[in-house]
Amino acid sequence: MINIYEVLETNEMIEKENLDVRTITLGISLLNCIDTDIDRLCDKIYERITTTAKDLVSTGQAIEKEYGIPIVNKRISVTPIALVGGAACKTPEDFVKIAHTLDRAAKTTGVNFIGGYSALVSKGMTKSDELLIRSIPQALAGTDFVCSSVNMGSTKTGLNMDAVKMMGEIILETAEKTKEKDSIGCAKLVVFCNAPDDNPFMAGAFHGVTEADEIINVGVSGPGVMRKALESVQEADFGQLCEKIKKTAFKITRVGQLVAREASKRLGIPFGIIDLSLAPTPAIGDSIADIFEEMGLQRAGAPGTTAALALLNDQVKKGGVMASSYVGGLSGAFIPVSEDQGMINAVTDGALTLEKLEAMTCVCSVGLDMIAIPGNTKQATISGIIADEMAIGMVNQKTTAVRLIPVIGKDVGEIVEFGGLLGYAPIMPVNQFDCSAFINRGGRIPAPIHSFKN
Amino acid sequence: MKKTVITVVGKDSVGIIAKTCTYLADNQINILDISQTIVDGFFNMMMIVDVAASKTEFGTMVDELEKLGEEMGCIVKAQREDIFDKMHRI
Repeated sequence: MINIYEVLETNEMIEKENLDVRTITLGISLLNCIDTDIDRLCDKIYERITTTAKDLVSTGQAIEKEYGIPIVNKRISVTPIALVGGAACKTPEDFVKIAHTLDRAAKTTGVNFIGGYSALVSKGMTKSDELLIRSIPQALAGTDFVCSSVNMGSTKTGLNMDAVKMMGEIILETAEKTKEKDSIGCAKLVVFCNAPDDNPFMAGAFHGVTEADEIINVGVSGPGVMRKALESVQEADFGQLCEKIKKTAFKITRVGQLVAREASKRLGIPFGIIDLSLAPTPAIGDSIADIFEEMGLQRAGAPGTTAALALLNDQVKKGGVMASSYVGGLSGAFIPVSEDQGMINAVTDGALTLEKLEAMTCVCSVGLDMIAIPGNTKQATISGIIADEMAIGMVNQKTTAVRLIPVIGKDVGEIVEFGGLLGYAPIMPVNQFDCSAFINRGGRIPAPIHSFKN
Repeated sequence: MKKTVITVVGKDSVGIIAKTCTYLADNQINILDISQTIVDGFFNMMMIVDVAASKTEFGTMVDELEKLGEEMGCIVKAQREDIFDKMHRI
């Protein structure tokens, strides 16, 4: 039988170290809503989402109460809208109507976010994909809860550089359209290489076409728990450090697995995957950067940071895989800047640069995430940063993402405040040398040689 | 059997266990195990109980125990046992 010390340890994690389940994300296929008439399509989408997800929030709340574990977000992901709207949408404005429908459905169901305003263009772009991408700035400016993503490359297909070029423009336009709110539209827009079909985390969640009609995916968290656990191995060697991370990741993930199974049972919807991620929040102590400091680095960004992140990411997976029957999504440590107080401090102190962050993304699950840059950054420069990050994902056969926020009207050293889980960020300097001639070439970068495994 | 873990954490005072047990008895909740310890000068008690025979809805019980805790100057939590079992047992 469970003993009092085990009970106290669990409750201490929840109460003092911010242990939570970051999200229950309900994936809903909208392929059966496809119609040639835009109004009929919107009605079907609204009906499908509000019917399927009607009990999602209340079920999440009931589980929170019964197990005493916070479930921070309840979210919905849907089939990439470029596919769903292809037959009905003739203009970007038609797609914007779907965005408003998704927003309305999110508000009715009470979820925190709805993801899937997306296009998958890793090799080429259909007319419908292009219309959706063109509609993104307007869609994100006019809605509150809709998140958008574009997959622009993969190890198998190479990089769609036409899309990379276009997204530089779209990101700036989104920033411009939401400049009254510090360009917050860009916080809801992410570009990917090797995007997973079952990611429960925003802004990049969408319900892939390889998925069933409905699915429950759960994202776990727990940087605070990890940091606290590492306090007990301060003098230990790397072997012992790794063991501690693995054991702690196991405990965190088992809670996620329990919540996922319970939600799946109560909602009558199959369980998909657990995303084994250490997702930080702006809360003090709930920080990946603090874990690095606990490992012995003065600040995130100090020499050794990439090695520290590599071992952290790997051990989290090793512990997590043992704890869950199915893992997927992004799975690894997230290193967003604005959502992590320790990372914010590292940037403010000059310890962490954009280039170091890029190096770190070679060994972790995501990419350049929630990074505020000057609003006057050139379109081609944004595309160049994206291309670099996509190349890392393509060559290393892993997911990489970019969520940059060019804050219109603000410059290096100023602070931008997004609020809530999105936090705040100091605006980081960007390399000023020009890359427009490179970006303007257009076309595709072919898939790397090691992708030909058939 | 539906095992639930009830924890009481706070400053020690007369009647904490009595009041908690009275609530459980009134709601047909059977106590299977009790243990207690002092951590950092605070009173910590854990009960493993069976709520199968109770007619009180689980969420209501959580709220009522929380309120009882407030009256006693303690934090009283009720959680399904699975969360501890899953975390600490393979």
